[in-house]
Amino acid sequence: MKSDIIQFHNCFILRDGQIIKEDLWTCEGKIVDPEPIFFDKKDYADIKIDCRGLLIAPGYIDLQVNGGFGVDFSRDSETIEHGLEVVAKGLLVYGTTSFCPTLVTSSPEFYHQVVGKIKKTPGSSKGAEILGIHVEGPFINNDKKGAHEKKFIHQFDHGANSIEEVYGKDWRNISMVTLAPELENSTEAIKHLTSNGVTVSLGHSMGSLVQGEEAVRNGASFITHLFNAMLPFHHRDPGLIGLLASSKIPPGKTVYYGIIADGIHTHPAALRIAYRTHPKGLVLVTDAISALGLEPGQYKLGYQDVVVTENCAMLSGTTTLCGAIASMDKCVRHLKRATECSTVEALEAATLHPACALGIQDRKGSLRFGRDADLVMLDDELNVVSTWIASERVYQNPAALELTAQRVPKI
Amino acid sequence: MRLVIQENSDLVTDWAARYVLKRVKDFNPGPDNFFVLGLPTGSTPLGMYRKLIEFHKQGRISFRYVKTFNMDEYVNLPREHPESYHYFMWNNFFKHIDILPENVHILDGNAADLQAECLAYEEKIKEAGGVHLFVGGIGPDGHIAFNEPGSSLVSRTRLKTLAQDTIIANARFFNNDLSKVPKQALTVGVGTVMDANEVMVLITGAHKALALYKAVEEGVNHMWTVSAIQQHPRALLICDEDATLELKVKTVKYFKNLWDVHSKLVDPLDDIKSQDGAQV
Repeated sequence: MKSDIIQFHNCFILRDGQIIKEDLWTCEGKIVDPEPIFFDKKDYADIKIDCRGLLIAPGYIDLQVNGGFGVDFSRDSETIEHGLEVVAKGLLVYGTTSFCPTLVTSSPEFYHQVVGKIKKTPGSSKGAEILGIHVEGPFINNDKKGAHEKKFIHQFDHGANSIEEVYGKDWRNISMVTLAPELENSTEAIKHLTSNGVTVSLGHSMGSLVQGEEAVRNGASFITHLFNAMLPFHHRDPGLIGLLASSKIPPGKTVYYGIIADGIHTHPAALRIAYRTHPKGLVLVTDAISALGLEPGQYKLGYQDVVVTENCAMLSGTTTLCGAIASMDKCVRHLKRATECSTVEALEAATLHPACALGIQDRKGSLRFGRDADLVMLDDELNVVSTWIASERVYQNPAALELTAQRVPKI
Repeated sequence: MRLVIQENSDLVTDWAARYVLKRVKDFNPGPDNFFVLGLPTGSTPLGMYRKLIEFHKQGRISFRYVKTFNMDEYVNLPREHPESYHYFMWNNFFKHIDILPENVHILDGNAADLQAECLAYEEKIKEAGGVHLFVGGIGPDGHIAFNEPGSSLVSRTRLKTLAQDTIIANARFFNNDLSKVPKQALTVGVGTVMDANEVMVLITGAHKALALYKAVEEGVNHMWTVSAIQQHPRALLICDEDATLELKVKTVKYFKNLWDVHSKLVDPLDDIKSQDGAQV
């Protein structure tokens, strides 16, 4: 029952930047403080779950997911609802309990058709929570378009009005916008977006550090896939990468940056540079494409023939990478191994930091009292054993032992 | 009065826990027959709670049919404050065992009417049929619960102003800021404790040696309130070697020679020792 008080015991939990041996209590899908339940309500656990010494972390949050399991959100507009269901369900296996479906640079017609259909949706056994759309483009720089299509790139011709013109009237479904701060009228757009609760991320940009700092002062707070699709680091103008060590960030503000820690898209040394420079801003993103979760083999994805191997997806007959396919749990393990950071830091890069970047830290990203009971249970090597949304188990690794839940008889 | 002398504080808490275990088991509590336990807070009892939790996890003891009454609580200290005795009991004992919340009693130092709270507490103890075993610790000045030196030896549960010594000693728990240390507490009286069928007091450390000497070798004295237990028919003091430093050699030897008798008060050590390596 939803109103059951559940006590996870014999576990370690990540709380307030520490891993401690402590029980975790949930009720009505939230993490609760057991002390007032005991002393005030004179109540106690309905269900006790023996976690056999596993580590409980907040469920992973992925701010950049282009698709997976054969689905590409930016192409399969006709079947977008079904595609979302497939991906949301599939992500549970990786410990991801909430995510931002990501749309790459597309035409206004496409946005008008699709943006309204991607609604913020709570998580359940059917799939991870949809936190809102991450639109990556189309307000980006031609010269750093990466794999985005040039013909769809847009300017803020009508200032902030261009936002609704391009994305359509349902643009409030958007939680995050990646844009290039050097575009004309971008200041007005950034202010308009952030004042409406949208996280503005800088990326696909030729922007200088000064332009980046100006954008941050105007409300931007994120950098999209650091190192990729931006000016490379230069010691006289470090570009957007320089934001990691800028002295011009408003006091109290943190600039977060997404990074693909799959060992392929970001060299381990580059990952270490980012981590050591600004560990509190590090946000793991998978930037996963439709090949995520597919068995190795030959596929037709969109218009391309793709070979999927264990670690990467390449254009058929070439060694050209065509997108990331590492799952979030893999990225967490890779970050820890590559940077030798603590388990807490690796986990917070997939939980607390993305929650803060989206401004939902009062709801997600930690195991503090009152937060959603979205959990991932991990073994010593940080492999996913089970995934939970709102206190309900939504995935169990078939290779791992099932936990025993015991109902406590009440008098 | 019995005095059990153990080599160190760890063995004191171990023995105390085993004594509680045996008492509860022998009583064989059930739905119509609750065992009523009086409980202290503090660093010495903490060790006892840890052992009891261990026994509980090994399936050796259940608290399902146990009622507890705590000795005292600060006045006007938020319950969630780490120094509150609610916080102490929840985090160090109750949350680890199977006790039912309705059977736990701790004085409410934030009650609107403190006197009514104290009277109601005495009533609740009476309703529960009195305390079977009251476990206590003492302060270096020999106070039991918050019955500071000079307390009446027939006192009942009431509001008590803390002695300056106690306030200064407690400052370390409040960022060494005297202004933040609670100046008052609600506490069971010496008389409340003496009404229990049995009283067990844990005393460890050289700094409590003088208090132990006053309790054992001197007369009943309201300036050392723990000495009241001399007149209790079933009183048990458990101390470590350090706490005996002020006692006469003769006294120590006498009680040590009684070890054969006292050791039978709990189940044989071997039985427990083999479990010591078990994971908590």
